[in-house]
Amino acid sequence: MTEATTAPKPIPEPDETSEPFWKATLEGKLLLMKCSDCGGFRLPSRQHCDRCLSAKFEWTPASGRGTVRSFGRMHQVYHPAFAEEVPYTLAIVELEEGPRLPTNIVDLDGREVRVDMPVELTWERHEDVALPKFRSRD
Amino acid sequence: MGHPLRGVAAISGLGMTPMGRIYKSANELAADAVRDAIADAGLKKDDIDGLLINPGITGFTGGGINLGLQNYLGMADLRLLNHMNGAGSTAAQMVQYATMAINAGMAKHVVCVFADTPLKDGSRTGAAYGGANRLPPRPKGMAGLAPAAGFFGPNTQYALATSRHMALYGTTHDQLGAIAVAQRQWATQNPQAQMREPITLEDYHNSRWIVEPLHLLDCCLVSNGAIAVVVSPADIAKDMAQPPVYIKGMGQGHPGDFSRAGSDWETETGAKIAAKTAFSMAGAGPDDISSCQLYDCYTYTVLVTLEDYGFCKKGEGGPFVEDGKLGPGGSLPTNTGGGELSAYYMWGMTPLSEAVIQGRGHGGERQAKNDLILCTGNGGSLSYHAALILSPHRN
Repeated sequence: MTEATTAPKPIPEPDETSEPFWKATLEGKLLLMKCSDCGGFRLPSRQHCDRCLSAKFEWTPASGRGTVRSFGRMHQVYHPAFAEEVPYTLAIVELEEGPRLPTNIVDLDGREVRVDMPVELTWERHEDVALPKFRSRD
Repeated sequence: MGHPLRGVAAISGLGMTPMGRIYKSANELAADAVRDAIADAGLKKDDIDGLLINPGITGFTGGGINLGLQNYLGMADLRLLNHMNGAGSTAAQMVQYATMAINAGMAKHVVCVFADTPLKDGSRTGAAYGGANRLPPRPKGMAGLAPAAGFFGPNTQYALATSRHMALYGTTHDQLGAIAVAQRQWATQNPQAQMREPITLEDYHNSRWIVEPLHLLDCCLVSNGAIAVVVSPADIAKDMAQPPVYIKGMGQGHPGDFSRAGSDWETETGAKIAAKTAFSMAGAGPDDISSCQLYDCYTYTVLVTLEDYGFCKKGEGGPFVEDGKLGPGGSLPTNTGGGELSAYYMWGMTPLSEAVIQGRGHGGERQAKNDLILCTGNGGSLSYHAALILSPHRN
């Protein structure tokens, strides 16, 4: 399984809309788009607010605190870069501000994670982006 | 006064190809199913004046049927034609749009067809839906957060939904397993089912993990194949070749993006919205339903759909199914052909085809009490939902 050990993970590449988000990740900041009209937060980055359809926004730092909305443990190898990591813990974290992030809980075995458990942000650094991950905040 | 659309159209024809690792093109499979559906209805190809087309996953990944199917079938001068996609809710939706077109006088005999070829010779079943092989080395923008965290395909989303239901309501693997076991019991009585060996709850627990909390036996049987139905005016269908299966109620519900802030997508689905519309049109409620043919991409989909149609209260789906009432001899026969879990995964055509077989009274040893049949389709991450209420009785 040479392929399994050499394939890199699919690390996101900044595009025009998401560039400010990724730039901030390198400074340890999680930015959210905040609607200038209704105040709603949106994520992932998108031109229009999904509450009021306003196209005006400002990038605002999130607190980095949230709770586990749900979680699971992946046993299948769908992408060769994850072959050595299965089973790994998947989670959707709901940020204090409302938006939800697909992420991983890095400090707990999948069977110790609980729905609604409080978590906080930590970073996984890559060359030109950092990925938001979470650890327990108990 | 009944609803003006109640009973105006009926399903008059059904065509099904063999399903599973069948290696033909999607057009070829679709043509087999359409030919058989037209013949089953006792019609000729020239009688067909409407064609609604739904590719499965190959509509996204390549090789799926599209508008070109009209020409492959050599259908000229159609009065109604479209290539539709409401994911797993499409089959029921096609029948709805056909019914409305027939009622409006825009078409008479409408063929609705689904064909898909996700399985390639030598490839694993999961490869078709995992999506990892279609990812660029560096996915663009924030959409790349999910694959970077190891989220791949619908198994992930449905595991997360199931996990939250288990946490909020105490739903157990024994309860999800009861759905898998009951449907396999039905499949043993269906010659078209791919999995006909009975399973026990122990087999369910011993089946390998896919994405916890989902075992292999929580997941549907990805298949190649095609299914077509013909929808005709009720006044004509009553004298056609097959017993008509009347369309008594129709509804849709689409809650939208699962990542939206504030959404309870995991445990409250579009079925809640569709149920109101469909039950109201049919002048019926859950107590009037004699059998259910529910979209069952996962065991959990069955459980949450039963809750959202009001067969039990929210959160009580687990205890509701645990006594085996969905299986043969139970009080609510559900997915009586084995469903997507044990028979064949043809998106919304799986529940629809079995609803037609049951509605005609052609279920053989698996024939259930036959009055009002609830047939549902679900797609995306519990994002799209459509329902039909079908019956052998027009009034």
